[in-house]
Amino acid sequence: MSPNERKLTAPSMNMESEAYWAAANDGKLLMKRCKGCGKTHFYPRAICPHCQSSDTEWYEASGKGVIYSYSVMRRSDTPYALAYITVDEGITMMSNIVDCDYDNLAIGQAVEVTFREADGGQSIPVFRPA
Amino acid sequence: MRRSSKAYIAGAYEHPTRKAVDKTIPQLHAEVAIGALMDAGLTMADVDGYFCAGDAPGLGGISMAEYMGLNIKHTDTTETGGSSYVIHVGHAMNAIAMGRCSVALVTLAGRPRAEGFATLPARDYGSTLPELGFENPYGPVITNMYGMAAMRHMYQYGTTSEQLAWIKVAASYHAQHNEHAMLRDVVTVEDVVNSPIIADPLHRLDCCVISDGGGALVIVSPEVAKTLDGRCVKILGYGEAIKHLNAGDVDITYTGGVVSGPMAFEEAKVAPADIDYVSIYDSFTITVLETLEDLGFCEKGEGGKFVSDGNLISGVGKLPFNTDGGGLCNNHPSNRGGMTKVIEATRQLRGEAHPKVQVPDCTIALAHGTGGSIGTRMGSSTVILGRNDA
Repeated sequence: MSPNERKLTAPSMNMESEAYWAAANDGKLLMKRCKGCGKTHFYPRAICPHCQSSDTEWYEASGKGVIYSYSVMRRSDTPYALAYITVDEGITMMSNIVDCDYDNLAIGQAVEVTFREADGGQSIPVFRPA
Repeated sequence: MRRSSKAYIAGAYEHPTRKAVDKTIPQLHAEVAIGALMDAGLTMADVDGYFCAGDAPGLGGISMAEYMGLNIKHTDTTETGGSSYVIHVGHAMNAIAMGRCSVALVTLAGRPRAEGFATLPARDYGSTLPELGFENPYGPVITNMYGMAAMRHMYQYGTTSEQLAWIKVAASYHAQHNEHAMLRDVVTVEDVVNSPIIADPLHRLDCCVISDGGGALVIVSPEVAKTLDGRCVKILGYGEAIKHLNAGDVDITYTGGVVSGPMAFEEAKVAPADIDYVSIYDSFTITVLETLEDLGFCEKGEGGKFVSDGNLISGVGKLPFNTDGGGLCNNHPSNRGGMTKVIEATRQLRGEAHPKVQVPDCTIALAHGTGGSIGTRMGSSTVILGRNDA
């Protein structure tokens, strides 16, 4: 992490998301898939939003994706890139893009997951150019 | 042709303040309520239905009903951010049609400017919000969420910053005639694209103002409308929708207007070509661009061309919009712009807009609200209004 990188806010967690954040502390990005309809959804829930089955399971994502969209926040003490990443598992998730030149990002660019420590020590999945 | 209407807008009032350092939020609600009732020729005692949203202090409408001395038999506190008040118009029409009330009051008021919100963080809805942990670490605020929508629209359809700037230019042409508008200087496309970037690709002049104030509407049954002064405006059609991130199948190049628009047009039995004037929620220039496409004023992806070269300027272009200056130049009370959209559409249909921006023979108008963020999740609502003799 470069010294001029924005510190991430600690996430709020609940019983449905504890496993996601515990895995992030182990350097893993988890996805939630429904065993009923087979579809992955995001953000991960106990009840599948596609078919309403409560038989959902965690699995580890590849960590690969592409930028769906992004916006570099310039009016900030420390500029940062908010982004939507479409991961190889098919869903699009909000994240940040790090370890990059903010003036040379592009929609469609390949990225891979990495992690940053938020206030309080929780590890947060973010993405960097692959 | 005489179109039927289940309810009428009888009163509309916009608070003139833009910085309310000496007034409380309940006081502002009461002032706009009194203003709209006076405009209608009614009193607080006539009100039997009250509609408000999250800006009203207290539990639903209960505290404000007490403050204003209302004695009501119907209330609705549907909360969809800035689009709430457009939804309230539709819900008031439905409640009146069902006989639940006959004089409905809708209020909005706030003072974010007096309270010192120089910039606007995403609203805090509490830690039980299910998506919160998956978004907040990354610093989403209003500007960069709309920025992402604009970036994707540009990528997918070739929309340019200059095209977005035309929306602000049109708003500024109108605002020069509004003595209450916060920004009255006419700006050029160059002014907009040369203003500092806030969040890519949105410049400072792509963003709406932060202002205090508010507004109110009085919506009445056809029976009550007959007893009033003939300035009532017909509610012809209405639609509402919620759009969200769809379990991760994200597309932020369109709004909930794709659902609310066709519903409203169908009920009103009119088409986009029949609309003489539009009030389109303009939190940012991109909000207007996506909404115009979604309501069918042009093909999807053609919004950039449609708004260019003054097409939204009254007296110049084909589709005059936001003739009060809108959120981009006039005001954005409580950071919620749906109310003022309905108020200016009402002025146009009454022939009471500023003479420099009044649309000649304005017969059918549309007002559209967007609440939340087109970059994440939103409430969308569309009303189609008609002049008294429409």
